[in-house]
Amino acid sequence: MTATNPATNPATNPATNPVTVLIPTLLRPYVDGRSEVSMDLPGRRDVCSLLDSLGEGRPLLEQRIREETGALRRYVNIYVDGEDVRRLDGLGTAVPAGATVMIVQSVAGG
Amino acid sequence: MIRTTSPVTGRSDATGAAMTAPGTTLLAIGTKKGLWLASSPDRGTWTLSEPKFLMEEIPSVGIDTRGGHTRLFAGRMSWHFGPCIAHSDDLGETWTEPQEGSLRFGPDEGVALERVWQIQPDAESRPGVVWAGCQPISVWKSTDHGETFELNRGLWDHPHRSEWGAGFGGAAAHTVLPSPADDTLHVAMSTGGVYRSDDGGASWQPRNKGISAYFMPDPDPEFGQCVHKVARDAVDPDRLFAQNHHGVYTSSDRGDSWQSIADGLPADFGFVMLTHPHRSGTAWVIPLKADGERIPPEGRLQVHRTDDGGASWDASDTGLPRAEYNAVLRDAACVDTAETPGVYFGTRGGTVYASADEGRTFREVARNLPDVLSVRAAVVPTVVPA
Repeated sequence: MTATNPATNPATNPATNPVTVLIPTLLRPYVDGRSEVSMDLPGRRDVCSLLDSLGEGRPLLEQRIREETGALRRYVNIYVDGEDVRRLDGLGTAVPAGATVMIVQSVAGG
Repeated sequence: MIRTTSPVTGRSDATGAAMTAPGTTLLAIGTKKGLWLASSPDRGTWTLSEPKFLMEEIPSVGIDTRGGHTRLFAGRMSWHFGPCIAHSDDLGETWTEPQEGSLRFGPDEGVALERVWQIQPDAESRPGVVWAGCQPISVWKSTDHGETFELNRGLWDHPHRSEWGAGFGGAAAHTVLPSPADDTLHVAMSTGGVYRSDDGGASWQPRNKGISAYFMPDPDPEFGQCVHKVARDAVDPDRLFAQNHHGVYTSSDRGDSWQSIADGLPADFGFVMLTHPHRSGTAWVIPLKADGERIPPEGRLQVHRTDDGGASWDASDTGLPRAEYNAVLRDAACVDTAETPGVYFGTRGGTVYASADEGRTFREVARNLPDVLSVRAAVVPTVVPA
């Protein structure tokens, strides 16, 4: 049996298979109007570290998504490959290479 | 692009265009869903802007005209994306939020900001100082014209804090009153009552003697009262007026003791307390019938005014509807600082009224807005579209 090196495997190598973050309309002004952001995630690969990277240089975007306690805002939802992270491991939910991470405001409000 | 003329001289700008208006009264209207700005050359006819910040509550607005410069503030609260303070230096055309956020708790506090209830520019003698009252119960001070705010540790670390409660709207410091005379500062919170600092906010003491808290086992506690709004007398800064959850009071000794001035009013409940910007002893309230109804008494919306420190009250409803079943919230009323001050308020039904004659008669400024949460008015430089 031959072991596969994750760093050289295109399917798991973050350098060749970055994460795609889908940005909701109301937050697009904080990412130059883009609807999605492609990100490489070296090191720890979970939702928390993804948000840390996404918020680098974008403090107002970070504040819209997480409270100053670090908690995900109550009416902001995050899906990793279609799964609600609140039903998984919250901000500790793993983010695989090549994943699609969707940030969206919940269907709350009148 | 906008051009402005001096509110005092009305002189033209560099282009020589004829702009002789003496100034515009700007009325900022914060609602449950967005901010509107109304402007008027005479406080009789009003032009309403398009809304800003739709999908956001605006529980607090502020207009700082100190030093000949006008800065508008909006305490915004998105249910999705949280609260913040934004400011505008071009009369609401564009808004700025500091990159790091103007006001955030640190990791030591372990809590998150929920809502900005009050944005209060300090006295002329303290330019650049702006206060904010927030939920959770906290007071914040800015010394850079409201760009960034620092948590007031004296109140945050107060030994009473764990015993302060929450009113229906949340646990908040909703009133911050700096004294123009000295370092006295009053804060009112629901529910906690009135606290006073004699040293600019370094230390705080409850000041509720004489204010009833009928809803508590001990109706005369040292603190815990549900004060709805406090206003300071413009001439005598030791004199205060308070509208409570049942009870209308005045104090002539900086809050050391309070006396009821509810006699003569149709109800002692309400949220609003306003004082005259120039004259001592004049105040306005807008009573509501409570606890079972929470509407204007008998459905008659009236503004009640005293000119003798609360010894007597006169009702005014000229220009107001014959039937009104919506409440007026604590910061949904204000006065401007004109020589003959205007009085303004908005209802939870989304109607806004203005009086140019100290509350004797009213005109409708806007209707069918979302619930009005906050209003502030000031005379600002005339805006002339280029």
